[in-house]
Amino acid sequence: MEIKVIGTGCEKCGKLYENTLEAVKAAGVEANIQRVEDLLDIVRLGVMSSPALMIDGKLAIAGRIAKVDEIRKLLEG
Amino acid sequence: MKTIWFFFQDQVLGMKWLHSLMGNLLSALGLDTSSHIGGSIHFFLYDVIKVTALLVILIFVISYIQSYFPPERSKKILGRFHGLGANLMAALLGTVTPFCSCSSIPLFMGFTSAGLPLGVTFSFLISSPMVDLGSLMLLTGIFGGKIAIVYVLLGLAVAVLGGTVIEKLHMENEVEEFIRMAPRVDLESPSLTFRDRVTYAKEQVLSTLKKVFPYILVGVAIGALIHNWIPQKWVESILGSRNPFGVVLAVLVGVPMYADIFGTVPVAEALLAKGAQLGTILSFMMAVTTLSLPSMVMLRKAIKPRLLGVFVAVCITGILLVGYLFNLLPILA
Repeated sequence: MEIKVIGTGCEKCGKLYENTLEAVKAAGVEANIQRVEDLLDIVRLGVMSSPALMIDGKLAIAGRIAKVDEIRKLLEG
Repeated sequence: MKTIWFFFQDQVLGMKWLHSLMGNLLSALGLDTSSHIGGSIHFFLYDVIKVTALLVILIFVISYIQSYFPPERSKKILGRFHGLGANLMAALLGTVTPFCSCSSIPLFMGFTSAGLPLGVTFSFLISSPMVDLGSLMLLTGIFGGKIAIVYVLLGLAVAVLGGTVIEKLHMENEVEEFIRMAPRVDLESPSLTFRDRVTYAKEQVLSTLKKVFPYILVGVAIGALIHNWIPQKWVESILGSRNPFGVVLAVLVGVPMYADIFGTVPVAEALLAKGAQLGTILSFMMAVTTLSLPSMVMLRKAIKPRLLGVFVAVCITGILLVGYLFNLLPILA
């Protein structure tokens, strides 16, 4: 599973990253988690509201910090 | 019908009942609300409670509506419009899309890489901070429905015309290269349930309150100071009808300032009560909310100095025109 946590290194993005790490652990899935902080990379992905979470190329969360539980549900899909 | 509207405007949005309640409460505590100090405390408490309550309710409702219009979606909607219609649509979407100056670059880049004309992007960039549903409700509660609607209509006009002017100047080369090179990507926005939207709205209320509350305190404190200590004559001679440069002064003071509409309104309210002209006050509010030093620094990363200069000049010109137009229209005053 490819997970991207997207945002220009703001406080909110850090929080979303932490929640994602925790959710992946809780869901027990195999995942490659990547932080995308470069503005150009962010635009390349087409994301316009940060913080955002992308799972396997699909925008799952945009413009807010999702709670651990919510991300876990998304991962377990 | 009219009675119901006035009740809504004065008591629900304007919270006149709270003013009387606070007055009686302070009098009961032995404070003379007609004195300088008593009046300041009365104004401060009433306005902080009123503006904060309005903020919580308005941001909740607005965020709920906004959750239907993430920028990714606005971008797609705008791609379907052309010419002046696109500018108008951009200005309208700017009023409902969640947006603060901190996200202006990703937004700018997304719009530009989607191939939207520069003028359309700027119509959006102008309208977004200047006019939103929040300012419409807030202004209705404090200045009445007529003024609020005129403010919103004129704000939209500035956004549409400003974007059109920037379009006509053909300054596409003044956008930083790395943005022009960015490829176009269309993302599907995540689908949200009713509960997701409510959660989102709640989160927005909390984060906005945290961010804006200090500005409300400062704004209301300045408002209380003006309301009770500054002589009417001063305000009248500087910002009233006798000074033809009042609008210019208001804009020059307002542009570099960074504040939210919620922090600006208490100051505007107090100045208006002290005899400042309405157009002058409106251009002050527009200048504070639309342009600020932090947002200019942010935008500079995406566009070159010349285009930034044109953007600022176009905004200032539009805001000045609105101010003078309002001052010249006696029906509205």
